[in-house]
Amino acid sequence: MAERLLELEAVRKSYGIGTEVETKVLHGIDLTIDRGEFTALVGPSGSGKTTLLNLIGLLEPPTAGSYRLLGRETSTLPEQEITALRALSIGFVFQFHHLLPAFTAAENVLMPGLIANGPSTRKDRERAVALLGDVGLADRVDFLPRKLSGGQQQRVAIARSLSLAPPLVLADEPTGNLDTHSADEVFALMRRFNEQKGTAFLIVTHDPRLARRCDRIVQLIDGMIAGDRPNEAIATAADPTIA
Amino acid sequence: MPFEWVVALRFLREGRFQTALIIIGASAGVAVVIFITTLVTGLQANTIKRVLGAQAHIVITPREEVARPQLTPKPGEAVLPRIEARTQRLRSIDQWQALAQELERTPGITAVSPIVSGAGFALRGDANKAVNLIGVDPARHDRIVHVTEKLVAGRFVLQHGDVVIGKDLAADLGVTVGDRIRLLTAPQGTSVSDAYTITGLFDLGNRGTNKTSVFVAFRTAQNLLDLPGGASEIDLTVADLFGAEKLAVRLAAKTGLTVDSWMKTFEQLLAAINAQDITTGLIRFFVVVIVALGIASVLVVWVVQKRREIGILRAMGASRRKVQRVFLLQGAIVAVAGSAIGSLLSSTMLLVFLKVARNADGTALFELRLSPMLFALAALVALVVGLLAAAVPARSAARLDPAQAIRM
Repeated sequence: MAERLLELEAVRKSYGIGTEVETKVLHGIDLTIDRGEFTALVGPSGSGKTTLLNLIGLLEPPTAGSYRLLGRETSTLPEQEITALRALSIGFVFQFHHLLPAFTAAENVLMPGLIANGPSTRKDRERAVALLGDVGLADRVDFLPRKLSGGQQQRVAIARSLSLAPPLVLADEPTGNLDTHSADEVFALMRRFNEQKGTAFLIVTHDPRLARRCDRIVQLIDGMIAGDRPNEAIATAADPTIA
Repeated sequence: MPFEWVVALRFLREGRFQTALIIIGASAGVAVVIFITTLVTGLQANTIKRVLGAQAHIVITPREEVARPQLTPKPGEAVLPRIEARTQRLRSIDQWQALAQELERTPGITAVSPIVSGAGFALRGDANKAVNLIGVDPARHDRIVHVTEKLVAGRFVLQHGDVVIGKDLAADLGVTVGDRIRLLTAPQGTSVSDAYTITGLFDLGNRGTNKTSVFVAFRTAQNLLDLPGGASEIDLTVADLFGAEKLAVRLAAKTGLTVDSWMKTFEQLLAAINAQDITTGLIRFFVVVIVALGIASVLVVWVVQKRREIGILRAMGASRRKVQRVFLLQGAIVAVAGSAIGSLLSSTMLLVFLKVARNADGTALFELRLSPMLFALAALVALVVGLLAAAVPARSAARLDPAQAIRM
């Protein structure tokens, strides 16, 4: 059996606690992800997908419940350690690319290493260039993000998320802003890294076509997990709520 | 380069116009502070030099004689004394030679000149002028009043029978170097009068002094004023001009003599200098505040503009502290750049000022000294101000919630 990567137990998340507009976003999520899993997180807008992703990404703490990442209970960790844990174990790919506009493609890829390990070495740079080569951007290494197309930017973002070889990459609608062709390319890239490096991916997507190409599909509705099945089951059931 | 440097420098480079603006602001601030400080310091030094150039910094004279009631009332009796202030005779300072020697050894005192001075008349023909006779050792006194520098004719040499007078007195009497005048004094009611040869004419830059000061040899004055072997006054110059009053108080306590510093005798001048200090201090303060506000406001806007990037950096593992340091560093870099440019700018301004502001005869209006200490101090202040100005934006940047910042 594959090694456990993360485990959420009865996780709740509310915003505006104690005010009149308290919003409960997640109501008791139980979810486990193993190393190397390639999972799609689907559900209608407002179902709490991004919030769940942020919790898993340690960008915000859960209101209640327990979250273990790599065997460590995170709810009791101090801010500093959360930051360090996030830096080394999770890569992010956001919907709007979210590259640092002032830095070139290579510098963006180098940034997580710069933050975690200090000044970049020549070796670091070689690795970053190689990684950009892997995503097909060998000739765009020193381009600023605004000189790259949307698909290219997203590929840089993927390279960046992988630069410290984290066991998990969280992608929030990575293809949401791309045309079908670019979306396919980006998706294929993630799939390739998943297979080659054993990196686990958790991908939030609205695109049923892409979701169907994942190994596992977790469906979120109104802040609760409404379905969590291996891909084949969903594919045969042709569940209309996926979209 | 470490993360903070990489990001801070890149943000500054990316900010172009804003960066240029706050660096210019900081430079202007540093330049104004250095320029004004140097100018006012030079101006004050010049004023003091001109006013005190013909003055001792500290003057020691005998204690004034006071009349004391001789009757001590018995118990049950009352005495109604009426005490009249007594006239002040010209007296010698007790043990003045020992005192002068001790003063010369005292640290902080750069020159000592014992003097015999008193009232007299300068006569020539029908002209008859009231003067202040000053008996000095020229070599010693030169170190206090710099008479030699201010001679318009002759030499500042005083043998017995020589006299050096001001150019205005010479004009009044219609004499010049080589002529003879009579000096008349009336010690103890008897009059003494003798003829003296003028060896030099001075211009101390003050008409009153030029009309009344008459320098004679020390011993001559002792004879003229009937103070054999005595000295009525000891003049001092000190190294620390503004410590003069403190030193005077100390000397007074030690010797029991009357000790007056220029800070007492020229209270008005001191008040004027203090007023200048306060004014420049205020100007500097406001300049610093304005520059700080400028840097802070740009950085505040920056933090808002860069919310998303800060969020990304935080998501990629940058701690709050690292993010905070990025913005503090930006403040520091702006301050250092501003100091460098401001120092250059102020040096240029001062040099230009020296070139342009000149007396009618082409000599410098006054001396300006570029003090490395001042530049270092200005840079230090700029750095502290830069960090303080960046502190608030840096904190708000560090507090950004990454999840929210990214969603923007």
